[in-house]
Amino acid sequence: MDTLSHLAHGFAVAFTPTNLMWCLLGTTLGTAIGVLPGLGPALTIALLLPITYQVAPEASFILFAGIYYGAMYGGSTTSILLNTPGESATIVTALEGNKMARSGRGGAALATSAIGSFVAGTLGTLGVAFLAPVVVKFALAFGPAEYFSLMVLAFITVSAVLGSSSVRGLTSLFAGFVIGMIGVDLQTGQPRFTFGMTELLDGVDVIIAAVGLFAVGETLYMASRRYAGKDEIVPLKGSLYMTAAEWGRSWKAWLRGAAIGFPIGAMPAGGAEIPTFLSYAIEKKLSKHKQEFGTVGAIEGVAGPEAANNASAAGVLVPMLTLGLPTSATAAIMLSAFQSYGINPGPLLLTTQANLVWGLIASLFIANVILVILNLPLIGLWVRLLKIPAPQLYAGILVFATVGTYGISQSPIDLVILYLLGAAGFLMRRFDFPTAPVIIGMILGPLAETQFRRAMTISNGDWSVFYTHKLSLILLTLAFIGLAGPHIWAFIEHRRRRGPEHVPGDA
Amino acid sequence: MSTINQPAAPSRLAVPELLIGIGLLACAGAVAWQTLAIPISPLYSKVGPTVFPYLTMVGLIVLSLLLILAALRGGWQPEEEKETPTDWKAMGFVVIGLVANLLLIQPLGFTAASVIMFVLVCYGFGSRHTLRDVLTGLVLALAAYFGFAKALGVNIGAGFVENQLNTVIDAFTSTLGG
Repeated sequence: MDTLSHLAHGFAVAFTPTNLMWCLLGTTLGTAIGVLPGLGPALTIALLLPITYQVAPEASFILFAGIYYGAMYGGSTTSILLNTPGESATIVTALEGNKMARSGRGGAALATSAIGSFVAGTLGTLGVAFLAPVVVKFALAFGPAEYFSLMVLAFITVSAVLGSSSVRGLTSLFAGFVIGMIGVDLQTGQPRFTFGMTELLDGVDVIIAAVGLFAVGETLYMASRRYAGKDEIVPLKGSLYMTAAEWGRSWKAWLRGAAIGFPIGAMPAGGAEIPTFLSYAIEKKLSKHKQEFGTVGAIEGVAGPEAANNASAAGVLVPMLTLGLPTSATAAIMLSAFQSYGINPGPLLLTTQANLVWGLIASLFIANVILVILNLPLIGLWVRLLKIPAPQLYAGILVFATVGTYGISQSPIDLVILYLLGAAGFLMRRFDFPTAPVIIGMILGPLAETQFRRAMTISNGDWSVFYTHKLSLILLTLAFIGLAGPHIWAFIEHRRRRGPEHVPGDA
Repeated sequence: MSTINQPAAPSRLAVPELLIGIGLLACAGAVAWQTLAIPISPLYSKVGPTVFPYLTMVGLIVLSLLLILAALRGGWQPEEEKETPTDWKAMGFVVIGLVANLLLIQPLGFTAASVIMFVLVCYGFGSRHTLRDVLTGLVLALAAYFGFAKALGVNIGAGFVENQLNTVIDAFTSTLGG
């Protein structure tokens, strides 16, 4: 009941003309950058971070959330028509979606993914509204030791459990820690890792890190592999209206996808890869049209994963809003927007910033409605965006990267750091290091350090707080299982039969 | 480098991966050096500003040793990446464009430097309509300058092109106003 009255209040905030305008702007921009290869929500929100100095927190978070949701919708269009998944979360959509487009049913694929996204996004947002207050009640009992252990668990799941290699994921995470520590230590005022340069005293701006890794690194990577061949755009054919049979095959997949995606997104693990792959496997198993999978394209194989993707995107907001725990690069950058306003996301956020949180949640419902309209009747517009030629697209991305970076303090040093991070981002792409843990480590690392030092101060320097507190011990044990479990398992398997040692990358 | 299909065979040393591992070890060394440079106040002797840097350093050393080990066992670069030859020429033009932007942004201003970078990057990516790229780059840079930077309240500094345009705009608005 309480949640409903909060929600009603939230809608009152979201339905003001200015906030509706921000929502429309965010969803439109989000769809556009979702459609365009090479641009993602993390990069876009990072570039728009300076807006936090200009407008009220409600406005910027409604804008950011619109971009976040919009990119999910737009990404599926690219996957279906171009077979180039813009983000790891839409890889599965491309499997069946592109096959459907090739066999002349692109319209139905786009429709089921847009409506599925709407259904799952709305269910997921409802989930956020009802689950967040519950998590808050739980989180109020957390002390610094528990927070630290929870962050350790998140670090492990984000970098070591997801992705193809735990060593490479952790390397990215630790690189993020180093970047995050550059600058003045907030508790003692000592400069760290500045190499004696005054320019580094303020630390490396998250804008520079995100733009370097995602824009400059991506551009260098795309330039380096022009020989790899291009994917052609499949012309949009087939009616956008689904037949009764297609509806019948879709709706159960949407609900199942949402039921898989939201809980996994809401766990401190995050990530949209696992729920989409899981949903795909389940739909393939349950389908009565197994022969369509991998041949002409099965509609369930698009509907389920797309729903899972959007529901998990909503789920990620739960740990983010209630615990201040971002589990994706985009959420980490949103967290830095909170910091820019001097707001600390955590269990108190829902009461101290009720307008902001409930306005944001309400605007997510509105965003879903706007997005399903933007992505169905207006789909032709977005298809045209796909035709922007690569040279001008990537050159343009670099121009905006320059604005975002040079605009921070008009310092060429910032551009040098940007390019160094861009080179690192290129190598990471080329050698299969995940980039998101860098951003998460950079933003969450200093917060973990603060909690760690707080816990140690309270315990008077006694390390045992982390394992004598029961909850903290459980969280650390889970983290250890997450880190060591797969290796022990692989070792047992290896002993059993001497097979190839590398772990398959799609787990 | 055409090592296609060598599953599980005890493969040989992978040089690029080895360099990455060694580079990371060097980073851990830099972290150690910078951590030792942090002055410690006796007040914070229990959990001072150096505890986390040391933990990070240890983590980096362990991870880089594991990466070096993986490199000695044949590396980890995905087959698909290995099989795609690097287009050094395209990358070279992108790098030249970025460096030109870095060197020219202060003397020439954002717009002019951006147009030069835009044209070089387009050329690197295979566009041969240089004149069209100059115009596209100009329109985009001006849009970024007047739309994006001004709307966000970002001060990006004015160069030659921006100053000329600002004078024109000022003159225009004053004639309209007067």
